[in-house]
Amino acid sequence: MTTTTTLPAEERVVRREALYFAVRNTKLLIGFGIVLVLLLTGLLGPLLLGGESPNEYVAGPMLPPSGEHWFGTTTFGQDVFTQFVYGLRTTFLAGAMGGGIAAVIAMAIGFVAGYRGGLVDEILNMLTNVVLVIPTLAVLLIINAYLGIRSVGLQALFIGLTSWPWAARAIRAQTFSLRSRDFVDLARLSGVSTRRIITREIAPNMSSYLFMTFILLFGGSILIAASLDFIGLGPTEGVSLGLMLQNATQWSALQLGLWWWFVPPGAAITAVVGALYVANVGLDEVFNPKLRET
Amino acid sequence: MRQYFGRKLLIYGLTFVVAVTVNWMIPRFMPGDPVASMLARARVSQPAAVEAMRAYYTNLFGFDQPIWQQYLNFWGALFQGDFGISIWVFPTPVADVILGAVPYTLALMIPAVLLSYWIGNRLGAFAARRKLLDNTVLPVGYILTAMPYMWLAVILAWGLGVTAGWFPVAGGYSFALQPSWSWSFLVNLLHHWTLPFLSLFLVALGGWAIGMRNMIIYELESDYSNYLAALGAPTRLIRRYAFRNAILPQITGLALQLGVLVAGALVTEIVFSYPGLGSLILKAIQNQDFFLLQGTFMFIVIGVLLANFIIDIVYVIVDPRTRAGMAGAQA
Repeated sequence: MTTTTTLPAEERVVRREALYFAVRNTKLLIGFGIVLVLLLTGLLGPLLLGGESPNEYVAGPMLPPSGEHWFGTTTFGQDVFTQFVYGLRTTFLAGAMGGGIAAVIAMAIGFVAGYRGGLVDEILNMLTNVVLVIPTLAVLLIINAYLGIRSVGLQALFIGLTSWPWAARAIRAQTFSLRSRDFVDLARLSGVSTRRIITREIAPNMSSYLFMTFILLFGGSILIAASLDFIGLGPTEGVSLGLMLQNATQWSALQLGLWWWFVPPGAAITAVVGALYVANVGLDEVFNPKLRET
Repeated sequence: MRQYFGRKLLIYGLTFVVAVTVNWMIPRFMPGDPVASMLARARVSQPAAVEAMRAYYTNLFGFDQPIWQQYLNFWGALFQGDFGISIWVFPTPVADVILGAVPYTLALMIPAVLLSYWIGNRLGAFAARRKLLDNTVLPVGYILTAMPYMWLAVILAWGLGVTAGWFPVAGGYSFALQPSWSWSFLVNLLHHWTLPFLSLFLVALGGWAIGMRNMIIYELESDYSNYLAALGAPTRLIRRYAFRNAILPQITGLALQLGVLVAGALVTEIVFSYPGLGSLILKAIQNQDFFLLQGTFMFIVIGVLLANFIIDIVYVIVDPRTRAGMAGAQA
């Protein structure tokens, strides 16, 4: 274990070592590769398609995939590929925002509870456990039904507010094991403030762990958002992969055999979330020498 | 042990209070007037009818009373099993509507969760540290666990239902049949149950297999495993010990996954129009039946709390350390 304040040279070596193993880890490369390709599709696709609205009726209904319409068209003649590209964007946004908000809450609660201990820990731990037991989707159903969520941002906000507990618990446990280390004691003895100890001494020493937690929260948010969209409580404006699945089942794509309508959105969600999980395993191997295959 | 259960029960009690309070608060403190929006949705044009409905709803929510009185009334009604009247199937009480749907959800969830848990753990334990198996179980596991529940359900319904025609893709039983205890009805029920069960089972399977595999590898690296190996103990024995140690975090994991599993069951039911709580929620949302939605929420919370408590009991039976009041399960 090294700290930035005392041993900058060694820190740099550790970083370079991580990078050395990162570019040689196939799991990490494949995982991030898939995510990157889909992310670029979502980011650049709408620009290249030239501003045509994803819900516009552009061609004949129920056309199978062709050179002109890569993923075919819906029962109403909407282009599935256009919807897919816009939907990817929404999905990444929901994942990044939901996962980000959840990670921030989890870190705040996990660090404070783990570092302070005592009564603060008891209260925060109780709060974490209570939110942990409540089924997330059920709460989101009630909130979304009454509020009538319109934007992806609001949906992601509520997902973030409900999906942090397991991460807070894990971060708390990690903080707990770090707080009695010598370098933390030293920092405390030299009168460094609690906030500074957490951000300067504890957080950097578990940065890889925090990053992996964020990845898992990201994937989880995507899945929850897709479920909400599918139940019919998604954002009412715009397109998302979950909404595409919902529309496909609602307008009997199954019975009509329009597989090109419902296969791509689900496959994309699976690919993003699965690739994130695999990349996470790869990261684990990079940061944890014990797990490296040599 | 008493302390362990005391702590658990305190958490569940608190959770229940929080859930009920949330359920009570959301309609009352949301922006906008719920009564007005309900009236708008009802699309009644006669002023007299609107007035009557407004009076009815105001009375129903008890908006004319002080806020603490409303809160107490809410609890009182809850303990009497009064969840209000459903709007979708007016005038059936919400509790009756839900109780009619709960058996279907349970019949779907309990076998799917238990079987996937059992088989997934076995599979993961078996695959760990076995090159060839590991290289197939791991990728398949990751793909399965990354799948949205409804997507696998849709794919199965399309592949095995619509295209192959082996299974029906909608409903809990054929509309031609009346529910009865006859063989033909039970077979029909089972036939409709297979696909939703399969899709729930498969998605859950992947997660358990991966979790178990990782735990087993961790256990096989620990000192006691090395010691046993050094003593010349057979691999089977070492693996059995590793499994018994690895199953403990997996039990906690089951409790943590309950919410996700419920969510999975709900969306799977929607895909197959299976007459459980999921389809009920969809109907409630489509018909703006908020009493039904809130009632379903309460049922799900109670169900998850009960399941958590059962898992706690199982944990105490499985892990002797909790009985002796030593460390082991964290609250």
